[in-house]
Amino acid sequence: MDTYIVQAFNALSLSSILLLIAIGLVFSFGLMNVINMAHGEFIMVGAYVTFLVQRLFVIAFPDLQGLYLFVALAVAFVVTAALGFLLERLLIRHLYGRPLDTLLATWGVGLVLQQTARTIFGAPNVDVTAPAWLNGGFELAANVLLPYKRVFIIVLVTLCIVGIYVYVTRSAPGRRMRAVMQNRDMASCLGLSTARVDATTFALGSGLAGIAGCAVTLLGSVGPALGTYYIVDAFMVVVLGGVGQIAGTVLAALVIGGFNTMFELGSTASIGKVLVFLLIIGFLQWKPNGLMALRGRAS
Amino acid sequence: MKSLRATTGRTSFASRFARWRGSSAVTVAGLIALALAPWFLSDFHVGLLSKFLVFAIVAVSLDLIWGYAGILSIGHGVFFGLGAYAFGMYLKMEAAGTRLPDFMAWSGLVELPWFWRPFGDPAVAIIFVFLAPMAVGAGLSFLAFRSGIQGVYFAIVTQALALILSIFLIGQQPYFGGTNGLTNFSTAFGFSLQNPDVQFGLYYVALAGLTLAYAVCAVITSSRFGLLLVALRDNPGRVRSFGYNPVAINVIVFTISAGLAGLAGAIFAPIVGIVSPAMIGVVPSIEMVIWVAVGGRGTLIGAVLGAILVNGAKSSLSESFPLIWQFILGALFIGSVLLFPSGVVGTARRLMARWRPPHPSESAPRAPVAIQLSSEKEPVP
Repeated sequence: MDTYIVQAFNALSLSSILLLIAIGLVFSFGLMNVINMAHGEFIMVGAYVTFLVQRLFVIAFPDLQGLYLFVALAVAFVVTAALGFLLERLLIRHLYGRPLDTLLATWGVGLVLQQTARTIFGAPNVDVTAPAWLNGGFELAANVLLPYKRVFIIVLVTLCIVGIYVYVTRSAPGRRMRAVMQNRDMASCLGLSTARVDATTFALGSGLAGIAGCAVTLLGSVGPALGTYYIVDAFMVVVLGGVGQIAGTVLAALVIGGFNTMFELGSTASIGKVLVFLLIIGFLQWKPNGLMALRGRAS
Repeated sequence: MKSLRATTGRTSFASRFARWRGSSAVTVAGLIALALAPWFLSDFHVGLLSKFLVFAIVAVSLDLIWGYAGILSIGHGVFFGLGAYAFGMYLKMEAAGTRLPDFMAWSGLVELPWFWRPFGDPAVAIIFVFLAPMAVGAGLSFLAFRSGIQGVYFAIVTQALALILSIFLIGQQPYFGGTNGLTNFSTAFGFSLQNPDVQFGLYYVALAGLTLAYAVCAVITSSRFGLLLVALRDNPGRVRSFGYNPVAINVIVFTISAGLAGLAGAIFAPIVGIVSPAMIGVVPSIEMVIWVAVGGRGTLIGAVLGAILVNGAKSSLSESFPLIWQFILGALFIGSVLLFPSGVVGTARRLMARWRPPHPSESAPRAPVAIQLSSEKEPVP
C-alpha cells in the first residue's frame, strides 16, 4: 500500500512536469501548426540558467541562498521566452504552412543549442544544489515520505496552469490568442496583428519550458541532452491530449505520467514504454481527435 | 509541403519523359562511377563508401514517402534496425555455431529462446529482413492514418516508435544484447567477414541493393500510382473525392519504404559487423531525413547524393573537428529547410533551367487549374 501511495505521488510529479512542457507545445501547435523540436533544449536552457543563478547566489549573496530558486524561475522564464521570441521571429515566421519543415529546422536549432551548452558547460552533467528548505518531506505514515521537492513542483505547475487558464480565458491577449487559434483569417480581418499574437504565444510557451527546466533541476543533474529525456513523452501528451484545450492536455499528462510510473512498477521499464505507446495508439483508434478536441475550424 | 509542389505534378507528360531520359543518363553515369570506384580506393575508403551506399538506400526509401507522398517519418531507424537485427540474428547464430550466442550465456540464459531458433536458417532471416519492418510499417501506418494521425502528428508518432524500440532493445539484454547489440560476427554464408575480399564483395552487394531500391522507387514514382502519391501530398481532399482511398495509398507506400529500409539494415549488418540500438534511436533516425533534405527531396538521385555528401562530410569533419560537426549538422537542418528547400539537386536544376532555354513543352500553356472548392484541409473521416 505504502509503495502505491509513493508511486502515485511520483506519477503526479512526473505528470506535472510533462504538462508544463506539453502546454507550450500545444500552444505553438494549436496556433501555428508548428511543432517546436527545440522545446526540449529550452528546458535544458532553463536548467542551466538555474545552475548559473544558484552559483551566482553562492558567490554574491551567500546569506540569501534559500531564495535563489525564485529568482532562477523568473530568469529562466525570461531567458527562454526571449529565445522563443527570437526563434519565432527569425525562423518559424518564414516557414508558415510548412509544418514538417518547421519540425526539421527547429530540430537543427535544438542541435545548435545542445552543442553550445556542451561548449560552454562541458559534456559532463552539473548539479544544482536544491535550497535547504526543500530537503526532507511530509511523512504521511511510517514508510510514506512525500519529498518537499516534488510537492514544490506540483504546486508550481498548478500555479502555472491556473495562471495560463486565467491568461487564456480572461485576459485580452489570451482572447486574441484564442481568436487566432480558431480562425486566423477572420481574426486578421478584424484587425488583429496575428504575427504579434504568434510571437507572444510562442514566447510564452517557450518560457514555460524554461520554468520546467528550472523545476527538473530539483530532481536530477543537468546535462546538455537533458531535454531529450522529457520531450518525446511531452510530444505524446500533445498527440493524446488533442489540440486547443488545456483540459485535454492536463488529462493526457496525468494519463501518460501515471502509466509510465505504473508500468515501471509492474514490469520492466523497457516493456512499460512499449505498452504506453500501444495504449496511446489504441486509444486514438477509438477517439481520433485525442482526449479533448477543439470544436472549431482550426482542426 | 505546398511550396514544393512538384517535380511531376504540374508538368506535362512529354516534359516528364524528357526529364526522365535526362536524369536516367545521369543515373547510369553515376552507377558506372560507383561500380568502378572501389578499384581506385583503399580498403578503408571502400568500407566507408559501402556504408554510404547503404545509407543511400535508406535515403531513397525516405524520399519515396517524404518527397513524393508527403509523409515525414523521423523514425525510419526503426525499419532500418529491424532489418539489421533480423539479419544480425542470423549472423550471430552462424558465428555461435552449435553453442549459445555469447551475450546470452553472459546474461545467464541456458537455452536458445524460441524466437531465435528460426534465424539459424539464412532463408528465414532474409524473409524476416523484409517481413519485420514491413509488418511494423504497415501496422503503424494503418492505425495512424486510419485515425487521422498525419503530418506533424505522424512524424511525432514515428519518433516515439524510434525511442521506444531503442529503449526496448536496450532493456532486453539477454535476448537482444542490450546496449552492445549483436557483435562478433564471423561469417556470412560461410564467407569470413574479416577477409578484405569479402568486404570488397559487400560493396557490390550494397550497390546492388541501392540499384534495386532506386529502381523500385523510380518505377513507383513514374507510374500512375506515383502521380497519385504526389496528388495526395498536394491535395488529399481532392484525391479522396475522386474515389481513392488515401489511407490505403499511404499504407502501401509506407510499407514499401519500410521494407527498403529493412533491406538497407540487413546489408549494413555484415559491413560494419555490429548491430546495436544506437543506430535506431531518435537522433540517427532524424539524421536520415537530413540526407534527403540536403540532396533534394522529390528527386531520387538527390536522396542518393545527399546521403553520400552528408555522410562523407560527417566522416571527414567529425574526425578532425568533432565539436564543430554538431553545429554544421544543425546548420544543415536549418539551412536546407530555410534557404534551399529543394536541396542540391533541385537548386542545381533551377540554375540549369535559368541558364538553358526552356524546353518547348515546358513553356506551353498549362491546362487551367480547376477551381478549388476549399483551401482548408479536409476534415478527417
